Amino acid sequence: MQTVKIVVTGPFSAGKTQFIQTISEIEVVATEKKISRPEERIKDQTTVAMDFGRISVADDLVLYLFGTPGQRRFDFMWEILAEGMLGFVVLVDSVKPETFREARSILDTFRAYAPVPYVVAANKQDLEDAWSPEDLRIALRIPKEVKVIPCVATNRESVKNVLLELLYLVLELIDKEGGE
Amino acid sequence: MALRGNLRDFSTTQLLNLISLARKTGTLTIESNGKRSRLCFKEGKLIYATQDEHGGHLATILQQAGKLTEEQARAIRTRMEIKSDKELGLLLINAGYVSQEDIIKSVRNYILNNVYPIFTWTEGTFYFEASVLPFEDRITIPINLESVIIEGSRRMQEWERLQDELPNLDMALKFVERPDARLRDINLSVEEWRVVSFINPRNTIRQIAQFNNMSDFQIRKIVYALLQAGLVELVQPEGVAKPAPGAPSGAPVMRAPAVKRSVVEKIIGFLQR
Repeated sequence: MQTVKIVVTGPFSAGKTQFIQTISEIEVVATEKKISRPEERIKDQTTVAMDFGRISVADDLVLYLFGTPGQRRFDFMWEILAEGMLGFVVLVDSVKPETFREARSILDTFRAYAPVPYVVAANKQDLEDAWSPEDLRIALRIPKEVKVIPCVATNRESVKNVLLELLYLVLELIDKEGGE
Repeated sequence: MALRGNLRDFSTTQLLNLISLARKTGTLTIESNGKRSRLCFKEGKLIYATQDEHGGHLATILQQAGKLTEEQARAIRTRMEIKSDKELGLLLINAGYVSQEDIIKSVRNYILNNVYPIFTWTEGTFYFEASVLPFEDRITIPINLESVIIEGSRRMQEWERLQDELPNLDMALKFVERPDARLRDINLSVEEWRVVSFINPRNTIRQIAQFNNMSDFQIRKIVYALLQAGLVELVQPEGVAKPAPGAPSGAPVMRAPAVKRSVVEKIIGFLQR
């Protein structure tokens, strides 16, 4: 049995747990805890260790999705989760510009863990006040070579599209480096 | 799409940079401490800015610029048959009171004087309405945002903010594509030119500061302005392999993970179903 891992990261409340829940074939193994800090009480619960979703691709191949905790005080988990990942998705809440700086910082941190492929998913594009992916690219100073993909984490097709874009990128890099 | 947010999270400089790079048309409204500024843009250029609800009257602008006396300005403002500033401008030029250059210069200064104070606003909200351009009866002057950003950045005296934006002086700089065309329209100070002359992926920002005997604050201020104006970008210095966690990034360095092509193809095939 071969397993591969994709990490879904991003700031607090970006929609990481929802993203995994939407595509996972199993009920997501979530390590959520009631929010204790008043400033973070914009939702009832938050991920403190990781979210864990699973997609059985074939009898001998399983794709695992790991969601990182969004709050900085749990960032000791990030490096552990990043180990051996195929690539990662940075999920950004497109209606919360106050989280963009944090998203940029998380992106830089994960890039430093491993030079694996990644994409940025501009989540909550179904909301009226959502910043467009191109505006997000400028705001987060994301180079033009990096894909910024519109996303609605509650929509299965949208989540699949983000994962596919990441996988296309992996293929491109394998081809470029002459892999099999 | 709407752009709405708080200046605490997204500064005026970043907003103008975004509007310039995305070549946006529309009106940006910024509200802070009871003050309300409206900035109008056409295809990424600043064309008007005012803190007056109805925009500044041309007669008042020319009076402030010393081109009209107070009495002349008052007389013009009371002549209700003059509908627009454009019409008024034409009348004043034809009557020999002012030249076209006087009007352009005065309106330009009025716009800029309404923009620069906003750079110091750190609290407040903003809202960008795409394709909305009020003040159609006012004279508009297209102004390159790069120059505005550079001057606005000069006026920002926020050391902490600068340090936050540019935490790592061991990064290098390189010019973005075709900087020559942009540099022609920009007024750089002597200090800025000194920094520009050392820009090269081999030189770290710290080294450029040392060459020019500049403090960390001085170099941060100059590099920040050049970055926000989109003239240069941060890169890893040549010979350095990997960025430190949290460091600003340059070109992305991605490598294929240790996985077989067939495995990835299998997952893609599964997801495409």
